[in-house]
Parts: sequence; C-alpha cells; structure tokens
Amino acid sequence: MYKATVGLEIHVQLSTKTKLFCGCSTEFAGEPNTQVCPVCLGLPGVLPVLNEKAIEFGIKLALAMKMEINEFSTFYRKNYFYPDLPKGYQITQYGIPLAKNGSLEINTKEGLKKVRIQKGHLEEDSGKSIHIGDITESEFSFIDFNRSGVPLMEIVTEPDLESGDEAYEFLVLLRSIVRTLGVSSGDMEKGALRCDVNISVSKDKTKGTKVEVKNLNSFRTVKRAIEYEVERQIGLAEKGERIIQETRHFDEKEGITKPMRVKEELNDYRYFPEPDLPPLVVDKNYIDGIKNSIPELPNEKEKRFISQYRIPEDYARSIAYSPRLSVYFENVAKFADHPREVANFLMVNIAGFLNEKNIEITDIKFTKEHFKELFELIESGKISLSIAKSVIEDCLRENKSPVQVVQEKGLIQISDPDSLTKIISEVLRDNNLQVDQYLNGKDKVFAFLIGQVMKKTQGKANPETANKLLLEELSKLKNER
Amino acid sequence: MEITKLGIKEISHLIRNKKVSTKEVVSSYLDEIHNKDSLIKAFLSVHEDEALRIAEQLDNENNKTGMLFGVPFAIKDNINVFGFETTAGSKILKGYIAPYNATVVKKIRNHGGIIIGKTNPDEFAMGSSTENSAFFPTKNPINTDYVPGGSSGGSAASVSGGFVPGSLGSDTGGSIRQPAAFCNVVGLKPTYGRVSRYGLIAFSSSLDCIGPITKNVEDAAIMLNVIAGFDENDETTAIIKIPDYTERLKDGVKNVKIGILKEIKDFDVESSVLNALNKAVSKLIDLGAEIVEVSIPHLKYALPAYYIIAPSEASANLSRFDGVRYGLEGEGFNLRDFYEDTRTKGFGREVKRRILIGTFALSEGYYDAYYMKASRVRRLIEQDFEKAFNGVDSILLPTTPTLPFKFGEKKSPLEMYMSDIFTIPVSLAGLPAISVPFGESHNGFRAGMQFIGKWFDEMRLFQYSNALFEEA
Repeated sequence: MYKATVGLEIHVQLSTKTKLFCGCSTEFAGEPNTQVCPVCLGLPGVLPVLNEKAIEFGIKLALAMKMEINEFSTFYRKNYFYPDLPKGYQITQYGIPLAKNGSLEINTKEGLKKVRIQKGHLEEDSGKSIHIGDITESEFSFIDFNRSGVPLMEIVTEPDLESGDEAYEFLVLLRSIVRTLGVSSGDMEKGALRCDVNISVSKDKTKGTKVEVKNLNSFRTVKRAIEYEVERQIGLAEKGERIIQETRHFDEKEGITKPMRVKEELNDYRYFPEPDLPPLVVDKNYIDGIKNSIPELPNEKEKRFISQYRIPEDYARSIAYSPRLSVYFENVAKFADHPREVANFLMVNIAGFLNEKNIEITDIKFTKEHFKELFELIESGKISLSIAKSVIEDCLRENKSPVQVVQEKGLIQISDPDSLTKIISEVLRDNNLQVDQYLNGKDKVFAFLIGQVMKKTQGKANPETANKLLLEELSKLKNER
Repeated sequence: MEITKLGIKEISHLIRNKKVSTKEVVSSYLDEIHNKDSLIKAFLSVHEDEALRIAEQLDNENNKTGMLFGVPFAIKDNINVFGFETTAGSKILKGYIAPYNATVVKKIRNHGGIIIGKTNPDEFAMGSSTENSAFFPTKNPINTDYVPGGSSGGSAASVSGGFVPGSLGSDTGGSIRQPAAFCNVVGLKPTYGRVSRYGLIAFSSSLDCIGPITKNVEDAAIMLNVIAGFDENDETTAIIKIPDYTERLKDGVKNVKIGILKEIKDFDVESSVLNALNKAVSKLIDLGAEIVEVSIPHLKYALPAYYIIAPSEASANLSRFDGVRYGLEGEGFNLRDFYEDTRTKGFGREVKRRILIGTFALSEGYYDAYYMKASRVRRLIEQDFEKAFNGVDSILLPTTPTLPFKFGEKKSPLEMYMSDIFTIPVSLAGLPAISVPFGESHNGFRAGMQFIGKWFDEMRLFQYSNALFEEA
C-alpha cells in the first residue's frame, strides 16, 4: 500500500494598505503601472523602508497558527534575473524567519489531524509579466509593477498531509483564518493566496522522490493536481520506473501535471544579508499585544457553535469559517433565538440567494428583527415551517418584511378544521385510485395524498392538522367499506 | 576680492550681508568652469541655466537664511538630482534623467545651496583615479599629469580647481578621502549611518557614505551640519542628535590623546608621506597633544576582506541595470542574450571584474569561505578599533601610502587597490575619518593626513584636524 506525503508552500498576500518597502497602494486591479514609485521600480539609489503593518499582520497570522515568533529575524537578498523583478533580487527573510514551529488542526475522515508548520517569513512580491500568447513564442511581453513590493507571508508546512482532500481542508481553514484575522483577502483567484505543492509516494517509511507542482490557482486545482500526481507516481513505482525529482505544472484543461516546458535552470540564489535593512527586532510586549488582539479562530468557533447552539456540524463549519456569516448568525441567534432554524435558513435559503445574486451577507436587508417576526409567525401557527422558507426567499427578493409578504400573498396557514376537511374530501374524491390503494394497505400513498392537500392549498395547510384530518377521513372510509 | 578663492562660510556671509549677489557668485564659478574645466574635466554635466535661474530667485528673497545660502555646489554623479542626467560614470546609465532627489540634495537646497553640476566619478564609484569613468578621466588641478584620485575625483578636482567651494562625494573604501588627499583639499567620510544614503546609487550598501569635500575644515563641518541626520527613507541612518559641528573648531588638541599605528612599518609607505606623518606628529605634540601608540592587528586583512564584501554587495546592487526599464538597452533574440548584450556593452572592465568576484564569492559552496569569513574579519577590525579607542581620542594615519600617481601608472588592479589600504579599514569599521592636506609639497602635492574618530564623534575630528590644518 502506497502512502502519499504532501507538503505545501503557501504565499499569503498581506492586505496592508501600502507595499512592504514603500508607500505605494496595494489595491488590486489598478491600471497597470499606476501604483509605483522609484522604490518599487528599483530605480538607482532607492532604499527599502519596512512597513510596520506588515510585521503586525505577519505576526498575527503566525500566532494564529501557534507559531513561535523570533524576536530577532533577518532579511536577505535572493538574487536572480527576471524582467518583473526590478532590483534583480528579492528581499526576503532567510536565515532567521519571523516565525517557526507552528501547527493547524484540520478535519479529516479519521478525525482531527495536526499539520505542523515549519516556518513563516515575510517577503516582497515581484511585478507581473503579461505575455502575449504562449510564453515561449510570445514576441513581446508587458510588465505591470503594481504588484511589485506587495507584502507576502510565505508559510511552509511540514510534509504532514496525505491527500488532495487534506490539502484542500488545510487551505480552506487557512483562508478562513486569514479572513477572520483581517490580514489577507485570501482570494486565490486574485493571487492573494498562492500554493505550491511538494508530493512524494512511498510504500514504507523511506522517503520517496519529491516532485514540486506549481501553477495551481484554485483550491480545487490543488486537490486535483495532488490526486493526479499521487496516481502518476504510484503508477511509475508499480512499473518499477524511476520518479524524477522535478518541478511540474498542472494543466487545468487536461487535468494532468506536466514537466515545466521552460526548463528551470539550476538556480543559485546567492543569498546574503540585506545591508539596507537592519535585523527586525520585535519585543515580547509587542508580540503579546498582537496576541491579545487575535479574535476567536474559525476552528474554535466551529466547536463553540456546535456546543453552544447545537447546530449540525456541517452548518457550524460553514458558518464559522466565514467571518461575515458567523457575525450575522450570532447576531440573529442571540436576538431571535431558534439557532438551529436560523442556521438552516441561513445555509439553505439565504446562502442560495447570495450565490444566485453573487452578493455577500452584508448586502442583504433581512435583519434579526425580520427573523424574530418570522419565528412569531411560525409559533403563532400563522405559517408553517415550509411556508417560512418561501417567505424568507420572497423577503430577500422583494426587500420586504415577513409580515408584509405573508399578508400580501395571503400565505396565512389554514388551520381551520372545517375548511381543511372540505379540501380533504375534494382530494379523496378526485383520487379514487390512490385512495383504493391506501385502503388496500399501501400506506405509502398517504404522503401522496397529503401532497395533494398541500398543492390545493398552495402549501398553506397546517401540516399537523391536515395530517390528523386526512387520517380521520381515511379511517372513516375504511370503516364504511 | 576673488570670489572663487573663498570658502562656503565666507561666500554665504557676503551674500547675506549683500556685499555680493548670488548671481555674481554663481557667474564667477561658471566662468571658472568655462575657462578651465575643458582641461580638468571635473564635470560630467553643468547646469548653467538652472543655476543662474535659482541664483536670481535667491537674490529676490528677502529672508536670506540657510547655512549654505547662495553657495554653489557640485554633486558626484552617482547621487540623484531630480531632472539632471545621473550616470554614476557608466555608459549603462547614459541619458538617464533622475526622477527624484537624493535626501542630501534636498537638504543642501533647503539650506539655500545651488547645485551647478555633476562631477565625474570612476564608474559606479569603483576606482581610485577616475580612470574607470566610462566617459573620460578627470585631471588633477594641481598638476594635470596626475590623477585626482577616486572615485570622487571629479568632486575633489572641482573644489581644488576653484569651480565650487564645496562638493559632495561618496566614500565606500576611501573614495572621498583619497581624492581629497590627492587634490590637497579636505574630505570627510562620516560615520556609517550619519548621512542618508537615499538617492546614492549603491555600490556597497553596508559601506557607502556620502560626505563633503571642501577647502577647509570649517566648511566641511558646516556641510555636515546640513546633510547629517536620520532619514525616514533610509533605515540605516541613526537616530542620534546632530550637534553643531563647528562648535569645537578652535578648541585645539591640548591634552588630547592621538593614537598612531604601531603596525605602520609593516606597510609600504612612501617616504614623503612618512615624513609628513612625522611632521604632523611633532606639530600635534607642539600643540599639546599626547601621542600614544595603538595596535590594529587585523589591519592587514582589511583589503582582502573589503574586496570580498564590497564586490559581493555590488554584484547584487548592479543587477538592476538590465536594460529592461531604463538605461542602455542591448539586443538579443531571447532574454538571456538581451541581458548579456546590455551588460557587456554597458559596464566597463573594473565593474565587470567586481561583479564577477562578488558573484563568485556569494555562490553556493563558496559563501562561507569568502563572504562569511570576510564578515568575520570585518568584525575583528571593528573590535580592534574599539579597543584602540579605549586609550585614545582619535587615531592619525596617512590617508594614502603614496602621493598622487600619474595617469596609466597603476597597471594592475591590485596596485590600484593598494592606494586605499589606510582608508578601507576605517570604512569596514564604519568609523568617521577626515583627510586634511599637510606637510611639505612635492611637485605641488602635500600628503593627506587622516584623523579617525569614534563612532558618531565627527565633532572631535573637526576639532583635531582643524588644529593641524591651520598649522599647515
């Protein structure tokens, strides 16, 4: 039985207002080369000045992953030539990183699993090359330096992951953490979260040959690439073929990994200490201050939601992992009670609406007061739970309160036995065949008949009363036979 | 009154008291440049119109304040001046117009100084004679058969030749002090971190310092008053109060302990220079100083350590000159060819040599043996000085082991490098040092005497060197 070993190298773009070493804006998708200055363009004579906010964000993220903060850390120059690297070197932490030795616990099929984090360090991003057509055939390329100098925190995990699913879980948790902390947007499609993967397979305790996969631009791609690569490597091993240590990239269309077409030369980055920046020194008080500012993390929140509100695990997770949803949920649950129903409405009806419109929970006008109103309608027997669902959807669509919707659409529940008995009689008369089947012992037909009652009342029939009355009517018929 | 013979203090004094207009001052200097710089070639560019325009503006100002009010200055061409061509003496930056001002340039202008031109350096400040300038060598104004020293040769010659009363140079391993010595003017290398490097085209970032070159010690102190201080654009500048550096100029050397180097006999020093040193020592004793022998045992390792550290940093600092965004653009079908062509055409021999040395020294497998070891040597030299300064207030060394040499005289790079054996150790330790001319003249040249001070103790350097300077 082969076992896969997977490690991740993740770049988290820190959402500071300005770049790591200059005052330029970090806003995404500005006109190319409008957020630049002599420093991030690497013009002759400029010097870097470290952004304090980036240090704070880096430490915050590191602490959330239970890492130790090095009170003394160092910046180095990583030398290589590339047109989008304006200085010919990248300033990055090397030698002593900002943080080390942390861990995150992820959910797996076998329960909670601890993934160790080796280190976390700060570095600057490069500019962005835009090639016209294929890179190897492109006649000319553009460079956008807006991204040049944007702060990144590189996080390197130990090879503790064993599958694409686990890597996926890890990334989902990490994204949710950076969002909860407010240190990054975590948007992979905007490049705010980037992930390279190291994969090897082995039958025994020995280490296999490590293959690096790059060019992964969504969580799903990471998962797919790992799954493909693990299978590919096992296939080779089974055939007794050698696995080559190399860097591959994932071809999204074909769903396979391929060796890099542009051969990466053996790079010697000639690291040496950055003379323009003194070592970064942060004292214990500063670190403690940041520690105290860390809010409840999504995985902790998930556990609390389950125990405090008794909501199902999958709902607890989805809500807790989204900072906005969890704020909304707790607000409502505290004010209107019924947390289980709130979670259900939120994850089914409201989430569906948000997806459909591609908007955020903060964009909707359905408030905790509306929830309270809705629950009052249910409790007073005016509407049923199933009607409530459509009421919410109407409220969202039409920006109305539940009472308004119920009144305007005449959705008040029919609980009056006389009216219901009348409707039931009609249903029984119109469905002779099914009634016969029921009377001959086919109990399942009952659901069909109730369905017909609901249909006739446009769902407004009080389900309990309707159930009771239909049973009564059917038993009457049975007795008559 | 011949304006071009005056110093910074005198000129600004005359202008403030309306004895002379700024325009007259600037015009006099520009005339001097017109008359003589075609021979000396101290300047790479002269910005005549702008200088005159600013002079007129200053003349119209009622409030004539600023320590440098109305005084013309020359700036080494590796320092960015907004709107001026800034080449660092390299073909790779030919035609490059600086889009921002170096901090020192802003400060000089804020104090009413007028920048009239950019001076010729060795390419990227790598050299000791200006012979490495991609454009032309600068001549020594005292005798044009001789080099002016380098790399700030143009800046030293511009002061020595009477083209400006003061200039800015940069000093990485002696590039202010050595040309100041060769041109018989005063040159100060401040403590590393005393003056902002923002806007100085980097050669070796952990060593580079900007400093003044002037006709006398007092002017150097005035210039340091202006350019010193913490800069939010340079994280290596110190947050240490700037005193008035002119305060102790007249305090003399009575009871001051001056160290002289025990190991000087181990070095090949020209007799004229040794004579000047001995004469300086007796003069200091006459003036009441106490002479103490000090030992810097690791001094002899300074040169090799420097020629690892400086090229290593330079190899990275010069990577940005790739032809992609500015400067000389080579040709090539693919990226690699393009880089190669740009840098082959753009850089001169000495620059290429140092890039290669530095790239090699930082390479995997060599880093520990070269860069790390050199860094350890640097630390040892620093400690040697620290120890030596326990017993003395300042250390006196010749600035250079020889008097100026002729063009083409130093055939090998190593011979040329030896010119800096007494300035390089001071740079490695980050200490301040000032060179003042002293002693009998040979072929018109006097030797440069270098006072080395404790970290951030430029004040005392001015005090001691001025005592000797005024006796010269």
